[in-house]
Amino acid sequence: MSANISAILYLISGVLFILALRGLSSPETSRQGNLFGIIGMVIAVVVTFLSVGNFTAGFIYVLIFLAIGGSIGAFIAYRIPMTAMPELVAGFHSLVGLAAVFVAISAFINPAAFNLGTPGNIYLASLIEMAIGAAVGAITFSGSVIAFLKLQGIMSGAPITFRGQHLLNALLLILIVILTFYLCSTQSSNLFWVLIAISFLIGFLIIIPIGGADMPVVISMLNSYSGWAAAGIGFTLENTALIITGALVGSSGAILSYIMCKGMNRSFFNVILGGFGATEQTSGGENKEQRPVKSGNADDAAFLMKNASSVIIVPGYGMAVAQAQHALREMVDTLKKNDIKVSYAIHPVAGRMPGHMNVLLAEANVPYDEVFELEEINNDFANADVAFVIGANDVTNPVAKTDPQSPIYGMPVLDVEKCKSVLFVKRSLSPGYAGIDNDLFYKENTLMLFADAKKMTEDITKNL
Amino acid sequence: MEIDPFIFRLSIFILSIFVGYYVVWSVTPSLHTPLMSVTNAISSVIIVGAIIAALSANDGVVFSSSSIYGFLAIVLAAINIFGGFLVTQRMLAMYKKKKKDK
Repeated sequence: MSANISAILYLISGVLFILALRGLSSPETSRQGNLFGIIGMVIAVVVTFLSVGNFTAGFIYVLIFLAIGGSIGAFIAYRIPMTAMPELVAGFHSLVGLAAVFVAISAFINPAAFNLGTPGNIYLASLIEMAIGAAVGAITFSGSVIAFLKLQGIMSGAPITFRGQHLLNALLLILIVILTFYLCSTQSSNLFWVLIAISFLIGFLIIIPIGGADMPVVISMLNSYSGWAAAGIGFTLENTALIITGALVGSSGAILSYIMCKGMNRSFFNVILGGFGATEQTSGGENKEQRPVKSGNADDAAFLMKNASSVIIVPGYGMAVAQAQHALREMVDTLKKNDIKVSYAIHPVAGRMPGHMNVLLAEANVPYDEVFELEEINNDFANADVAFVIGANDVTNPVAKTDPQSPIYGMPVLDVEKCKSVLFVKRSLSPGYAGIDNDLFYKENTLMLFADAKKMTEDITKNL
Repeated sequence: MEIDPFIFRLSIFILSIFVGYYVVWSVTPSLHTPLMSVTNAISSVIIVGAIIAALSANDGVVFSSSSIYGFLAIVLAAINIFGGFLVTQRMLAMYKKKKKDK
């Protein structure tokens, strides 16, 4: 196949990827968008086969390995529970990163196959692109592995910090730049390996200090990195599809990180430098006198809701942990039968990744037009009768609006306390992730329901 | 003076960042999780490089030091492509509108 025709086909595949993302602007067009993405991928793969034009024994092996990977991927995709989506995405990011590293290594060993010169005499630009692709890929890989382990609970979600951490990271980054420089002048393969090893180390070091609830930012950030790694390799291979996609994914991840940071009112650097939640909060807990709390049972909750005309549900990560989304939907169904208006309010950082709660509610058959974002619904709390907080905590804390001393001051929160009454499902009075007490617990109109989220929701349904 | 082809690729790259910026801002927040899984799938177009790498060995030889990395990368990228697109499809199939039964 002529190089021009394949270049045009790669361009088409890049455009189809743009359309795939464009489709996600609404749930109706999203399925079509996904189809565009699949077509784009098929075009890219077929064109590559045709332009290499080498249909020997190796070709059969390519198909075999493709089939092996494909079946593993398909198996995972069908088996994975929706609550495990953050882990899955983190895991997938690590694979993109590692694939980028492997492609870069292969290009370094055998540059002739990629038209990049000969071993020991690789074109300067290609070598730089290769080094960038490999380094970013390696950082994505090890960073995502740590994120995966933290999300999976294999590694503690608590931030791991030590003295001189930031200095060490900075030195390693400078070292990478120096190594790339020497790599270009010496073409030494040893330097290339050292470069990759140090990049792996950096990925590991930048993710360990970041706490569990900052995961939405971390996952988005790694999403972005995986894009930049792909773009780096795209430049090496002079492949438009890869360059376009890398740029799309890179900016997508960056935007998501920005949205997540804004949802927490924290700067990107503040999150990346880590350690939030590990620092002792002297303001909360210990020396504070016990404040009175009203607590109730499923019966009380059912009574309040039955007499309400509108209810707003505020789900959070706790709902995912308790797998309470189906029980919740059943409760809402019963409420609706009694002509009670129900809507859902989702905070941008609810859950462990962007959009996490929306997927879980969709899984439980909640229609997406009953689910609202913070800005859309925040004014409705004042007119609602009952707010039902299930598994959320810090995102409802009125302290963020009232106490400038608070670590979460300025963070956008749901105005749950403006409701006539608040039902707060929680296992205990323990503070949330930010390590601070939630003022909402002690409000006059709050009724605490101390129980497992799933069990409580089921009990309420029975009592309705 | 002739323009280096690198500049053309750089132009595509920069413009694509802007396209990505505007397209992604228009994605509805409720679909941010599918957005992540689909970006994951499409970034695995890196399989293009993996295939070239896997077929880079000289005639008659299938596995050379460079092609092995290609084959490994094919497996990783394929997991991502199939896994990414399928899981996105599975999620998107769940987003339904309110049934008009009332």
